[in-house]
Amino acid sequence: MSKLKVPVTSDDHIQGDKRAPITLIEYGDYECPHCGHAYPIVKRVQKHFGDRLMFIFRNFPLREIHPNAENAAEAAEFAAAHERFWEMHDKIFENQSDLSLPMLLELAKTLRLSVPDLRNALTARQYASRVRDDFLGGVRSGVNGTPTFFINGDRHDGPFEFEDLVAALEARAE
Amino acid sequence: MPDILTPGTKAPDFSLHVTPDQKLALSELRGNPVILAFYPADFSPVCGDQMALYNEILPEFKKYGAELLGISVDGVWCHEEFTKNRHLHFPLLADFEPKGDTARKYGAYRHEDGFCERALFVIDKNGTIRWSYRSPVAVNPGADGILQALEELPK
Repeated sequence: MSKLKVPVTSDDHIQGDKRAPITLIEYGDYECPHCGHAYPIVKRVQKHFGDRLMFIFRNFPLREIHPNAENAAEAAEFAAAHERFWEMHDKIFENQSDLSLPMLLELAKTLRLSVPDLRNALTARQYASRVRDDFLGGVRSGVNGTPTFFINGDRHDGPFEFEDLVAALEARAE
Repeated sequence: MPDILTPGTKAPDFSLHVTPDQKLALSELRGNPVILAFYPADFSPVCGDQMALYNEILPEFKKYGAELLGISVDGVWCHEEFTKNRHLHFPLLADFEPKGDTARKYGAYRHEDGFCERALFVIDKNGTIRWSYRSPVAVNPGADGILQALEELPK
């Protein structure tokens, strides 16, 4: 079984209690339809477990097949630099059908983030290395597609419908 | 089920079509590490399937000077379409005639199904297998094993 090689640190995007007994990490691609499918499921899972679960999102853009995935990931990292990561993460998934540059800028605007700053950051590829680090860490950990989930450090091989994830997480919580 | 070839074995040579009018032989790549990725079929209904994933990781493989070859029993025309569809930047070899002949030599052919195993081989620059792995057909093995094997190759 593939194991997570990059431990969770304060650089990660974390939701939930850091002392929670269960850690769920998603390596995801904002333009991947399967990740879009998983997005509301993860929300339900978080609600279901409450403070027993810590959730972490890491970038794994498949740039060759999803031309907007990299930009979307960098836009979310830009938002993170302004303490708005999760809002941007959510908005991007909720608008997954159009992740063009104008749309990403529009999303930034609705979060009252600076549109010119985001445009510049994307042009300068300011957050590309951060996204690449996530990606390479994922590769080393055995990420084999998107989304790939790790539960307490072990890769979750199998379906990720609500019931599947809850069962897999419960099994690890004991 | 036959076992796949294990580390220490000389990698059997082969010469397979990589385009309709071009063949590629393993021996032509001598001097560089080679990654052989046998896989069941070109089109599978997921994004980030095994070949699309390796395509994204190609720059990492290149850091070790390694050449990646995908091999399935699909024909060259099918490979061509798949390559275009997934924007693949590495060659796909057609183990098409006699069907699965190369896969058989590596112990990576599923006789009951008539297609290749999901089997990975890392071959050193002298043509010796240094690492091999067979994944259940339904599980994409990712690339962590390949990268670790490349890292451990003698320089």
